[in-house]
Amino acid sequence: MSVVSDLPAKRRGPSLSDRRARLNELSSRHRSWSILVGMAIVGAVLPLIVQFPPFTLAQAPNAWIDGFTNAGVFVLLALGLNLVVGVAGLLDLGYAAFFAIGAYTYAYVASPFGNSILGIDILNALGGPNNAGIIFWPMLLVGAGVAALFGVLLGAPTLRLRGDYLAIVTLGFGEIVPLVFLNSDRITNGTNGIGGLARPALPILGGFSGIDPWPYYLTALALVTVVMMFCYRLIESRIGRAWEAIREDELAAAANGINTVVAKLLAFALGASTAGIAGVFNASKLVTVSPDQFGFVVSFTILAMVVLGGMGNFWGVAVGAFVIYTINNVLLKTLNQFFDSAGIPILRDVDFIQLQFLLYGLALVAMMLLRPEGLFPNSRRRRELHTAITESEQDELGSVAGTTEEDLPQ
Amino acid sequence: MTAVPATSDAGHASPRVGLGGVLRIVLPILLLIGTYEYMGPEQFVNALTRGAIYALIALGYTMVYGIIELINFAHGDMFMVGAFVSLSFLSFLGFTGAITDIGLLAVVLLATFVVSMVVMGVIGVLIERFAYKPLRRAPRLAPLITAIGVSFILQNVVQLFYGPYQTNSPKIFPDTWFIEIAGARIPVLSLFIIAVAVGLMIALQLFIGRTRLGRSMRATAADRDAAALMGVNINRTIAITFLIGSALAGAAGVVNGLQYGVATFNDGFQAGLKAFTAAVLGGIGNTVGAALGGFIIGFIEVIAVVAGYGRWGPAIVFGTLVIVLVFRPAGLLGQQLGERA
Amino acid sequence: MSPDVLDNPPILVADQVSRRFGGLVAVNKVDFTIPERSIVSLIGPNGAGKTTFFNVLLGVIDPTAGEVQFRGRRMIARPERIAFESLVWVMPALVVGLLGAGLAAADILSGRLLAIVGFVALMLLVASLLLSIIRPIWYQKQLERFGIFRSARPNDMVAAGVGRTFQNIRLFQNMTAVENILVGQHTQLKGSLVSALFNTPGAKREEYNAERRAEELLKLVSLQGKGNEAARNLPYGDQRRLEIARALAANPKLLLLDEPAAGMNPKETQDLVALISKLRNDLGLTILLIEHDMKLVMGISDRITVLDHGEKIAEGTPEEVRRDPKVIEAYLGAPAA
Repeated sequence: MSVVSDLPAKRRGPSLSDRRARLNELSSRHRSWSILVGMAIVGAVLPLIVQFPPFTLAQAPNAWIDGFTNAGVFVLLALGLNLVVGVAGLLDLGYAAFFAIGAYTYAYVASPFGNSILGIDILNALGGPNNAGIIFWPMLLVGAGVAALFGVLLGAPTLRLRGDYLAIVTLGFGEIVPLVFLNSDRITNGTNGIGGLARPALPILGGFSGIDPWPYYLTALALVTVVMMFCYRLIESRIGRAWEAIREDELAAAANGINTVVAKLLAFALGASTAGIAGVFNASKLVTVSPDQFGFVVSFTILAMVVLGGMGNFWGVAVGAFVIYTINNVLLKTLNQFFDSAGIPILRDVDFIQLQFLLYGLALVAMMLLRPEGLFPNSRRRRELHTAITESEQDELGSVAGTTEEDLPQ
Repeated sequence: MTAVPATSDAGHASPRVGLGGVLRIVLPILLLIGTYEYMGPEQFVNALTRGAIYALIALGYTMVYGIIELINFAHGDMFMVGAFVSLSFLSFLGFTGAITDIGLLAVVLLATFVVSMVVMGVIGVLIERFAYKPLRRAPRLAPLITAIGVSFILQNVVQLFYGPYQTNSPKIFPDTWFIEIAGARIPVLSLFIIAVAVGLMIALQLFIGRTRLGRSMRATAADRDAAALMGVNINRTIAITFLIGSALAGAAGVVNGLQYGVATFNDGFQAGLKAFTAAVLGGIGNTVGAALGGFIIGFIEVIAVVAGYGRWGPAIVFGTLVIVLVFRPAGLLGQQLGERA
Repeated sequence: MSPDVLDNPPILVADQVSRRFGGLVAVNKVDFTIPERSIVSLIGPNGAGKTTFFNVLLGVIDPTAGEVQFRGRRMIARPERIAFESLVWVMPALVVGLLGAGLAAADILSGRLLAIVGFVALMLLVASLLLSIIRPIWYQKQLERFGIFRSARPNDMVAAGVGRTFQNIRLFQNMTAVENILVGQHTQLKGSLVSALFNTPGAKREEYNAERRAEELLKLVSLQGKGNEAARNLPYGDQRRLEIARALAANPKLLLLDEPAAGMNPKETQDLVALISKLRNDLGLTILLIEHDMKLVMGISDRITVLDHGEKIAEGTPEEVRRDPKVIEAYLGAPAA
């Protein structure tokens, strides 16, 4: 860069960065408000724009709103997984298991079959299936709690071990939980799953319906807003700092008084509880739960959303999840239909929905190699991931100097 | 750390023959006899066959983990791709059924093993070169995520070519050949598979223990930086590790096709999980342990089937994994120096 | 630096500490005490076992024999009967769970009862797991009644009042200087999950105070105004001092410095000596140094202990140690200073 071109930039620089810093400080001091306002704007704009072409060409506005609600479920999941993977640096490959646990928790409480298994007739006690939906709201917390419980059960033995064991144990867990729901047919109804779940209801406004997408949409919006707010408050607290410290250097974190196992367990359990909430909501929307809704591809999809969105950055991850879900479920479907009806030779035979997982796989590898911080990076995370790459390019011997007894396995 | 001979409590160094020592030898033998009595000879051989396949896959996990501390999630899928390579090769040659001519069978089998192992070895090296090598000094999470990505790429590429359903794999080894052992009819195929697996394992042990390359692998696994200082070519050593591990997965794919006659694009997932459990069970990084772990997992699965809980097999294996991690994280044959949190 | 500080009561006592790695004895039966408000040093040639000993004192690695007391409490020793710990708490859950499973298999229990049994077993299991991880004080006391002892972890040592720095700086490189010190204050802050989620006034006040304290600490190590720099962008000497500030944030009584002058130029070393003296004289800290820089050690220490091949070969004032023939021999006849 030449000196000449540097000059004006230098003169303008401080005031610009100053203004930006002030803006940052303002938004972080009033983080909750900025999230609230941001989500309100997003929530208002989305239904508005789908009333017009080109969106109406793909599907009807109500179908869009319903799709956004489903996307909201994935945004919730991605936010929770981001807490585990992005912030605390723990690779959880069985995240869908907690989603399943939340969903089945709701199913047991809010369906005739579930009640008969529990031996408690909750639905009738609350005035029949149509009025019992009121239980949905406390069940959000119960689902979160039960999922967190399983998170602790799984995390407690494994989080003491080195990090990569967690990845494989969660992978196994994610495989086993649907298997348990599938095989214990006496109490889970096996493959068919549990149906006839009560839809949520509000005291005066009455129950949600399967035709009107708005109540679900607003509920999803509210859930995402609250979870997002909690996530930001957490990472700006003592607990969040402990997570980031552990991710950067576990030994140094312990040497600063952080009980690393407790902190990791907390991140793991909180991530699980977010999935539990998403599970309760999703079950109440689908009105049925079955083991095939929670396969490994779900965990994998959520992981791809977090990685592509930018590990550690909650807004980025939310946008990533939203965009990926919409691409999957609208764009690819539309492409399929379009090429089918247009009858273009090769493209007609390509199943774009089947291709999506290949694309995710390619995207994950490409992101890790080229842009590990994701599309919407968190600044600290970018620094961390990028030094690592440049260091790896250095002469391998160069790093020997930094190796000491402290680095030895103990 | 200094090399001071242990003077104070040297007794620990020499093996003490006490009750524990005796139990350690007697208990496994009793277990084995009990298992045999419970399952009968046919199922016993069946368990050994399954175990041999898991052991071959587990070797790749354990070698890669030993040398670069990466759980190579794509390794189970390498086994699956190996199965498809072998079935494609056999179909290409025009074989669809059993070959009863022993001479021809031997030639075709040999060719299939060579092709599958070479192709898989090359794919393994390429994956290492382009997906893992650039991330060698990156935060731990990065290569793990990459490995998951590679696993999905492999599955979906295969699915793209062969579709989502089962593909028939030519069972060229006649399954009508039996030999009578102690009144039981044992398929020759099973014995062949066990022999192949054990032969490959012995070859691997000899390679690691006796050759120059094997020595550099051990050195790299023990301390990569020190090995580099001593003149070991780290990049080549890691590439060879991937080559061997993937070739073994390719061999496992071949025998799997011979034994079961079908392959599906997502076969690698479950097999990989079980093989990884086997590697942890034996002590990750320890090749003998991985082989032992593979056979143990094979037995656990077949016992579950015999007991009528076949569909719970994966859950039982997973339970085993968690129990091992909790109570003996370094595995059966690993040094008990579990990392403290 | 008067010798009488050596008569102070000990803040830390290491009793016959040994650590083996397989056939290697890295530390062999070392006795070591640190009097309150003293500055003591541990020296020795490369590979003498200094860092291993240091790591044992900090709970990073368990000793194979011996024990360490800090402020009169046994903190570190070979673990005793820890296998029984799981029995104490996991057994009830297992018994309830197996009983339930057995009864269910016999079709005696069904429906609601089965759910209740399962739930109770699960809760017991979770409770036992959480207890064994969080290890509250009352739980540890109960365990000690059963003769179960587990060595302190590094974080327990920090909570008890031992701070440390690392030989090769281990700051959180991607955090700012202030954030590093905020992490250092972890044990001093009380913010809980609930207070963080609901951003209570108490939590806000605590965060505000923590940031003020971080600035004070930066000032103490002459890094005022650099609070918002990323740690990795600070010059080497600043990083060393930031690490000390981070260790001080936990209000330690004893500060363990692992080669604090490594890689420093003479001017920086001089400043460091002044800082260490200030920490002892003004803040009343006790300091243990592990050093290679003989000049630094000789000038500042009340007492020096020399390790070689994992054994203590000499101990005394700098003058005594300097003249000790064993020490001279250990350093191959080339003692510095």
